[in-house]
Amino acid sequence: MNDRLIDIKNLVKHFDISGGLLEQLAFSGGRIVRKRTVVRAVNGVSLFVHPGETLSVVGESGCGKSTLARALLGLYPPDGGEIYYRGDRIDGLTQQEMLPYRAKMQMIFQDPYASLNPRKTVQQTLEEPVVFHNPSISGSEAKDRVAEVMKQVGVDPTWADRYPHEFSGGQRQRISIARALMVDPEFVVADEPVSALDVSVQAQILNLLMDAQEQRGLTYMFITHDLSVVRHISSRVAVMYLGRVCELAPAKSLFESPRHPYTHALLSAIPDLYDRRHTYIKLKGEVPTPINLPPGCIFHGRCPHANERCLREIPALVHQGSEVYVACHAIEEKRL
Amino acid sequence: MDHLLEVKDLEVKFALRMGDLTAINGVSFTLDRHERLGLVGESGAGKSVTGFAIINLISKPGYISGGSVIFEGKDLTRLTDEEMRHIRGNLIGMIFQDPMMTLNPVLTIGTQMVETLQAHMNISRKDAEQIALKKLRMVQIPSPEKRLQQYPHEFSGGMRQRIVVAIALLADPALIIADEPTTALDVTIQAEIMELLLELCESEGTGLILITHDLAVVSQVTQKIAVMYAGKIVEAGQTEDIIDNPLHPYTQGLIKALPDGRNPGTRLNQIPGVMPSLIDIPPGCSFHPRCSIRGDICRHESPALREIPGYRNMAACHMLGLKKGQPEKDRTK
Repeated sequence: MNDRLIDIKNLVKHFDISGGLLEQLAFSGGRIVRKRTVVRAVNGVSLFVHPGETLSVVGESGCGKSTLARALLGLYPPDGGEIYYRGDRIDGLTQQEMLPYRAKMQMIFQDPYASLNPRKTVQQTLEEPVVFHNPSISGSEAKDRVAEVMKQVGVDPTWADRYPHEFSGGQRQRISIARALMVDPEFVVADEPVSALDVSVQAQILNLLMDAQEQRGLTYMFITHDLSVVRHISSRVAVMYLGRVCELAPAKSLFESPRHPYTHALLSAIPDLYDRRHTYIKLKGEVPTPINLPPGCIFHGRCPHANERCLREIPALVHQGSEVYVACHAIEEKRL
Repeated sequence: MDHLLEVKDLEVKFALRMGDLTAINGVSFTLDRHERLGLVGESGAGKSVTGFAIINLISKPGYISGGSVIFEGKDLTRLTDEEMRHIRGNLIGMIFQDPMMTLNPVLTIGTQMVETLQAHMNISRKDAEQIALKKLRMVQIPSPEKRLQQYPHEFSGGMRQRIVVAIALLADPALIIADEPTTALDVTIQAEIMELLLELCESEGTGLILITHDLAVVSQVTQKIAVMYAGKIVEAGQTEDIIDNPLHPYTQGLIKALPDGRNPGTRLNQIPGVMPSLIDIPPGCSFHPRCSIRGDICRHESPALREIPGYRNMAACHMLGLKKGQPEKDRTK
């Protein structure tokens, strides 16, 4: 399993949103019954990440991409499936057992206003993970590390004693990236790291992330809905729809020849600066809620190629050659 | 020919304890009937304030401190509140970013649409409902009769924004101002709403001011673009000219900073620094600290939006249109 830094097998994460006992009770057929409401956020996702690559997970709101990322890092306990890190199984570990992996896997969040503690100086924020993972480190060593990483992410180290509110959005995102880099991770999950930023600042942060990857040999998992960013930075892309992966392919081949009908529709909806008035594929209907998942292929209700088999049988993610995996009966049956 | 809308030297200030902050500093543009204009810029450029100023909705401590907004021959900045109410929602429709904030959560869609109509014309509830149904059909809401009885929370985000579009269209306005109408939506839904808006503006002959940070979206919808930076228009022209041949260094930087899928994995062109805040707008050209072609004059003299010899775009930049070797100080003002 040398070519797989992360291996996710059949990951499932459901959220029970039924609330308290009284809220669960409902009247049905003259009797009081207890009803549970479950959001099926991630339903059997299998993915792997090669060392040194950038795997992007894309999809529209509610497709489960953020839940997948958080379950992967152990922030949500998964309800099923397995997660491996360099061949070691890491789901279901105790906090103590998880510690060494936490230093290897870091996360960058979308909103740099919410993810930095407003009452801590940059120095305190950046020092915390280092001291936590190396309790023996001396104060001056920690300080040197902070200065070094701050310089790398393009924030003047003399500003270490300032508070987050004294920085602009782009600067704050640089500090969030610095925090993730402080413990020398191998794998960084970035959940919409540039979505809250303006275009000119977005370019600065993407450049910084690409530089850091080159210098440190990082592996990224990029969660985003912005497909132009995805096309620019990823080596491979996983397209998610309603908690399942419908296509996993190298970025170039995904953008040039998408296979899955949903990928087709998604890509056609990106407005292109140089292709004015281009046509997009209109999907019928809307995304179903993850509370009432349709049977069979989750996309069948909106798919122009759905047949009777799609209504009852869930398609598996099948290898189509040259690293392309697609979950679609129509493609499997060579109808598409 | 008379323009549908003519904004001239518009100036908006915010009166704060530390003194007046200038949010909009001399913005001028025109819009003809059937024309669609994109107002583009990053956060803090003043594009939303411009939109609000056109419909005279700047709330305190902000105020319009100069200039005029001539709409169908009337200066909107001089109208009374009463006269202005007749214009808003009637002659000028508005669409905002977050449909949940625009729609009243405790009233049905039907009630909100009927109320809007009755506010502007003497019309029975029944007739108003008929118009509402017609507009809901125009924005392609399935089973509109049933939907009229429902509350905003019963709709998905995309459906809600369709309803906001339907409400903006209720009184057949001559102009629609849409402020980031699809920023909160997914791309597939964004594509649907934008196509809908474009089709409706074309078929109804409605003028559109589309305010957004997304150049790619604007390029699909509008004929003209005005790029704003720190409260001013820095470049204006036809959409294809702005996208294919941007002149102002800011517009150029903005377009080059977009990942366009042509060179994956390479470093993106970045504009150093950030947009200045209103508190400390630099003297001279407000873009000069971030500009790669600045000269001495840019530090102390603010450039006006002017025609650049040999090009079709207007741009506000001292350094454009200079002949080779011509010293910048010789530039005639």
